Amino acid sequence: MITIPYLTALTTYFSYGLLFAYGKIRDFSRSIIDRLFPSSVKGSAPMSLVNDDFYIRRLYNRIQDCFGRPISSAPDAWFDVVVRYSNDNNKTLKRTDKVKRCLNLGSYNYLGFAAADEYCTPRAIESLQRFSASTCSPCVDGGTTTLHSELEECVAKFVGKPAALVTGMGYATNSAIIPVLIGKGGLIISDSLNHCSIINGARGSGATVCVFQHNTPSELEKVLREQIAGGQPRTHRPWKKIIVLVEGIYSMEGELCKLPEIVAICKKYKAYIYLDEAHSIGAVGKTGRGVCELLDVDTADVDVMMGTFTKSFGSCGGYIAGSKELIQYLKYACPAHLYGTSISPPAAQQIVCAIKVLLGEDGSNRGAQKLARIRENSNFFRSELQKMGFEVLGDNDSPVMPIMLYNPSKIPAFSRQCLKQNVAVVVVGFPATPLLLARARICISASHSREDLIRALKVISNVGDLVGIKYFPAEQKEHQEDGALEQD
Amino acid sequence: METAVTSMLRTSVDWVSSAFDAPFAGAVVFGVQIGGHLFVEGLLFVVILYLLTQKSYAPPKKPLTDNEIDEVCNDWTPEPLIPAITEEMQREPPKLENAAGSHTIINGKEVVNFASANYLGLIGHEKLLDSCTSALKKYGVGSCGPRGFYGTIDVHLDCESRIAKFLGTPDSILYSYGLSTMFSVIPAFCKKGDTIIVDEGVHWGIQNGLHLSKSNIEYFKHNDMNSLESILEKITSKKKRKKGGRYIVIEAVYQNSGQVAPLNEIIKLKEKYMCPLLMDESNSFGVLGEFGRGLTEHCGVPVEKIDIITGAMGHALAAEGGFCTGNLRDIEHQRLSSSGYVFSASLPPYLAAAAISAIDVLQENPELIKKLKENVAHLREGLSDLQEFEIVSHPDSPIVFLKLANSTGCSEKDMQLLGDIVDQLLEKHDVFVVSSKRSTVDKCPLPVGIRLFVSAGHSKSDLMKVCQAMKIVVPSVLENNC
Ligand SMILES: Cc1ncc(COP(=O)(O)O)c(C=O)c1O
Repeated sequence: MITIPYLTALTTYFSYGLLFAYGKIRDFSRSIIDRLFPSSVKGSAPMSLVNDDFYIRRLYNRIQDCFGRPISSAPDAWFDVVVRYSNDNNKTLKRTDKVKRCLNLGSYNYLGFAAADEYCTPRAIESLQRFSASTCSPCVDGGTTTLHSELEECVAKFVGKPAALVTGMGYATNSAIIPVLIGKGGLIISDSLNHCSIINGARGSGATVCVFQHNTPSELEKVLREQIAGGQPRTHRPWKKIIVLVEGIYSMEGELCKLPEIVAICKKYKAYIYLDEAHSIGAVGKTGRGVCELLDVDTADVDVMMGTFTKSFGSCGGYIAGSKELIQYLKYACPAHLYGTSISPPAAQQIVCAIKVLLGEDGSNRGAQKLARIRENSNFFRSELQKMGFEVLGDNDSPVMPIMLYNPSKIPAFSRQCLKQNVAVVVVGFPATPLLLARARICISASHSREDLIRALKVISNVGDLVGIKYFPAEQKEHQEDGALEQD
Repeated sequence: METAVTSMLRTSVDWVSSAFDAPFAGAVVFGVQIGGHLFVEGLLFVVILYLLTQKSYAPPKKPLTDNEIDEVCNDWTPEPLIPAITEEMQREPPKLENAAGSHTIINGKEVVNFASANYLGLIGHEKLLDSCTSALKKYGVGSCGPRGFYGTIDVHLDCESRIAKFLGTPDSILYSYGLSTMFSVIPAFCKKGDTIIVDEGVHWGIQNGLHLSKSNIEYFKHNDMNSLESILEKITSKKKRKKGGRYIVIEAVYQNSGQVAPLNEIIKLKEKYMCPLLMDESNSFGVLGEFGRGLTEHCGVPVEKIDIITGAMGHALAAEGGFCTGNLRDIEHQRLSSSGYVFSASLPPYLAAAAISAIDVLQENPELIKKLKENVAHLREGLSDLQEFEIVSHPDSPIVFLKLANSTGCSEKDMQLLGDIVDQLLEKHDVFVVSSKRSTVDKCPLPVGIRLFVSAGHSKSDLMKVCQAMKIVVPSVLENNC
């Protein structure tokens, strides 16, 4: 749990209150002006007008230059951020031809497969020539090529499950598969910080959804006991089945799932486990096989293993791995498999190649190096940040590290100042996080060199002083730390 | 007998009343004669008062003890995660050995492909391959981030403005997967308390969007304007009309039947009842209209009349992903409120590049659309004397949908039959067609059938071949089953 200092909470509330009041005043004066000088809008009114967009107009627009920054190169360790300008107080942003070369601390490029790769890219282009960019058909019809079956076998083998199914999008994988597995009369117990795609899948299923406190096995057990004893609401019939939905690494927290404990509890109470490894597959574990490998959990104990290829593998799409029967049934029943266009062949090839690199089947040890590198980089960066006095969330070994900002004014300040010094970071605030818990998120990649990281640390430290987000006392004196960094 | 009962009742009543009357019988209080019944009433009053002061009855709550919970937990046996596997579920799709163009290779044999929605024959087009190759070299494969967090690549923005320019709309937005487009767009606009009036034959992506929006759903009969009007009438005329907005959701060309929505009439209804219209152009974009701008161009309706148009780029454009287009504000709204856009990695840049090239090719070669139209007409003509099937799709639809003329009455059995026909066509005649599949969560009530996706890349002999093959296979399969 994050405990927020009392004073910080107060100032944060105050800032939001100020923004809110100022926005309301502006709205009020706007409405007076509109009444005095009515302007006729041509055509049908936008549908979104009906929805209240106060938040967007008065809060988001002020800082929208920190989000959706276009880039004009591959999202590698360094990338070109397109410079934008605004003539109307940040309401609209215009793209220019100018670019700014920045260090990339924002992309989910954990293993460095995002840029053109000596092994993967030529093969992806080859399969583009052979299979074209799309099959224009779902997997059950004309969308299964030999490449797709190779991919499924490859993924199953890599993940450590008997069979796998691949779809063209990670989000759709979650939201289309959960409804197939469970319906009315079933119970879904979901971690409170699960990703939106999982929540959508759970909602779409028609099953009852319960939430347990984020990553707290004891709470999960409590909910399970209560629910099994109580049965379905009103009728009190026993639940048909219970599925527990958890993630491997929580992308906004950088935390690893407490999988061994959760697996033990699920086994005890006969609940099924659905594990979303979107951020952990490829990124953690000795051979990149995700949290199961890292935390020493037998994959046979996890009933449904889901993951995406948009992160470590630098491609697109998602997978489900499980028993032969499960996959067979899903291939018969899952809408993403039946109606969604099958994954684009070059993207499929990229995944196959990336897995081969990781397993050392490309005839080099680049895979092992990448895996060692991401772990070293992450642990180095995390410990340095902590030493500087930042409040960093998450566990060791996780390449995702959020730095707490709290105050809404610090969100754009941190992001803009970093960008000024050629470091691109991601900042997140309400509504993606709770109101008080705005943060910056750093994603470390295996393609970052040690110099890159040291440079980034210096910039972040400077900006951290400027913006005032070193909430803890620094461990060492500033100059000593610099010395330590330079020795590295 | 009767008299015995009545006399018994009478005596008992007498007895009771005398018992109550006894204490005060004939009492006079302040000059008022009090009968016994007053006493009874007073007593009743007291009892009522007593009951009113009591809390409403609730069974005493005794929480289960830990041991009891343990027992319940031990006794509970869940259903298996999935039902038992039947033979039906084990059907394997054919594996293609090269690109899914109008001809492809399956099991080492060249076959004619009617399974891919490659309407314009752009799979394998030189220009698309070139732009993909250079994009792959420049940007790599994936974008490694959602649009908000450095996943916006310049080609995405170019592709968005290219689509908007092509369709003549102010702006558009890209989604990373065709199927996710509708199920994200609908919940971005329609909320709890709103009412969505929707065709019953819409595909699963839309159905899921409807469900996720939590709005009230009113289905009208498939492509039936009278049904639509009566529902609109019913909803708007209700005395206590529900607050909330009302929306109409349709597909331009229905994936589940190949029918085309009568847009002119829908526009009239939409304007009469003032409902925004959301239309999915997945199977009409690049296909209908003189220049491929979809159903609006086909029907001569200005594109502004439709509030939201969505489409998949995995069909005519031979790329992947989806787009949504409309006025500036609605598009901007989606950039923050549409979950499939915000919470998913963006479209791989090479596919956006492919889509741009595909639109370029389409604009330079409007004859592709003419060719496709001719092909559809040829195929329909060739299949018209196939008595076992009825062509239910619209003559303009690139999906030729064949429905069994005499259904067995059970959709599973129908599917089995269709599956057999499809298998035989592929095995014996080198013609690759597909039957419609239904997911267990799909609620579409329309009949299943065989779907032929016609392409501008098909030659006349391809079309002849499929017609002839059908004429041989269909009677033989159906006869064996009767
Ligand atoms: C836990 C989780 N699941 C699923 C997804 C969606 O994956 P994709 O980006 O491939 O749609 C994400 C991506 O952000 C995620 O974090």
